[in-house]
Amino acid sequence: MATLGHYTSKLTGPVAQSGQCLLFLMRMISSIRFSAAQVRSVLQQIYLIGARSLVIVMICGFFVGMVLSLQAINALEQFGASDQVSLLVVKSLFRELGPVLTALLFAGRAGTSVTAEIGLMKATNQIEAMELMAIDPIQIIALPRFIASLISLPLLTAMFNALAILGSVVFSIGVMDMDAGIFWSKLQTGIYFYKDFVGGMWKSLVFGGLVGLVAVFFGYTAKPTGAGVGTATTNTVVLSSVLILVFDFIMTSFFT
Amino acid sequence: MEQAKIIKTAIRIRDLVFRRGRNTILDGISMDIQQGSIVAFMGPSGVGKTTILRLISGQLKPDEGTIEVNGQMVSRMSDRELHRFRRNIGVLLQDGALFTDLTVFENIATPLREHTDLPEPLLRRLVMSKLNAVGLGGIEDLMPHELSGGMARRVAFARAVVLDPGIMLYDEPMTGLDPIAVSTIRTLMRETNDALGLTSIVVTHNVTQMSQLVDYCYIMASAKIAGEGPPQELNSSTEPGVNQFMNGKMEGPIPFHYQTPGTPWGLLD
Ligand SMILES: Nc1ncnc2c1ncn2[C@@H]1O[C@H](COP(=O)(O)OP(=O)(O)OP(=O)(O)O)[C@@H](O)[C@H]1O
Ligand SMILES: [Mg+2]
Repeated sequence: MATLGHYTSKLTGPVAQSGQCLLFLMRMISSIRFSAAQVRSVLQQIYLIGARSLVIVMICGFFVGMVLSLQAINALEQFGASDQVSLLVVKSLFRELGPVLTALLFAGRAGTSVTAEIGLMKATNQIEAMELMAIDPIQIIALPRFIASLISLPLLTAMFNALAILGSVVFSIGVMDMDAGIFWSKLQTGIYFYKDFVGGMWKSLVFGGLVGLVAVFFGYTAKPTGAGVGTATTNTVVLSSVLILVFDFIMTSFFT
Repeated sequence: MEQAKIIKTAIRIRDLVFRRGRNTILDGISMDIQQGSIVAFMGPSGVGKTTILRLISGQLKPDEGTIEVNGQMVSRMSDRELHRFRRNIGVLLQDGALFTDLTVFENIATPLREHTDLPEPLLRRLVMSKLNAVGLGGIEDLMPHELSGGMARRVAFARAVVLDPGIMLYDEPMTGLDPIAVSTIRTLMRETNDALGLTSIVVTHNVTQMSQLVDYCYIMASAKIAGEGPPQELNSSTEPGVNQFMNGKMEGPIPFHYQTPGTPWGLLD
């Protein structure tokens, strides 16, 4: 009996947790007020978790752009099609690599810090103190971080894409001596704003929601101990990364 | 005049039982706490003083029995009712629980910002007056980690009373304070209590400090109330548990050690 209970709890555990997570999401959404204070704290969080991820996203974007161009030129040269490099690079960036890589970076950079911050607040009874003051911690702490992550990730993705294109320009035109005119004209004719760019932005909006929700939920449900907060932080990275890739596949297969 | 004052029960607890797993923390506790009084909960560490405060503030639900605060049944409140109820209680947690990301000023201002629409200058004056009252005027721009333990406790005190709630729950407000701060806080508790007609519950270990402050005292031992009464009466009580606690004796019915089921196999029994 005990082992049976053990296995059922192993099965129902994640299901129950997903349920709790959705309930948590609904509680967050129902506490949206559009008050000046709420807007202010969202802006503050966009600065704290969004703007502070900017540098790492830009650096990574630049190098991803360079290495993509390198590989693309190598591959396309075999077919004498190396003038298509900008098209290949930018299409894969806009549709897949930009949203996914930025989201993974964001989960590691911002998601973890949100989980650790909320977990620590819980461990030091600050969450309890808020509840006792009739202040809703979900509204004050969780919601602004969730919304900030929803807003920040698409913007960061756009920044990642821009820097990746710059990296591609530097490598293809600067290092490999490609013709700049061909590089840009291929983009002008082959890249569609809605299908390629906006499609990727939708993805990154969903990823922003996923990372934000996972990060605040794990922080909020962390065991109020040092080890508990550590585990919660790790879980945030692992689960958001998995969810990002799973949802990426789902969205891509449904919308193309 | 004194007789004419209507005596009203602010907090009524009946047959309260609270368990954690197999441990019965509180076992059949009943009390009536009068409106406007300061009441102390005393008793050995781990007896369940903090637990009672958590039950009164609605953070924990009793297994049996009822808790009524100003006629409302706390144990049956919905989340929304609990939210409204808590605007009227101030709680000083055992470890202060200041918001580590906010300055001292913002810590004290948080309840005001959440629950009132005071204009900024007025809010500032109110916060500063509370800070001055705990003897810490001038530290409003420090962060909580820059404070000493006693200072943090006093800031937490100021934050707990800033909304002038009807009921104050203090969990060991005096621990870690120097004698001057202790009498400052004590005077402050008495004054706010009498000026605003609050009802206060203070959890404490310190017998002498409390005899000077409180109107009534409950001494807890082994999950029950071992004795109650005004502090002067308790001081001269002959009840063994009460006498032991008030005089800090080693011998008596209250054990010093946490109740363990004994060593395995009874080797050392
Ligand atoms: N979260 C918890 N889970 C399990 N047991 C707990 C928990 N919190 C407290 N207890 C137990 O409940 C009992 C009462 O704890 P409580 O914190 O109320 O004691 P206390 O009287 O406030 O002690 P102190 O004076 O040391 O603060 C203790 O035996 C403790 O072990
Ligand atoms: Mg305690």
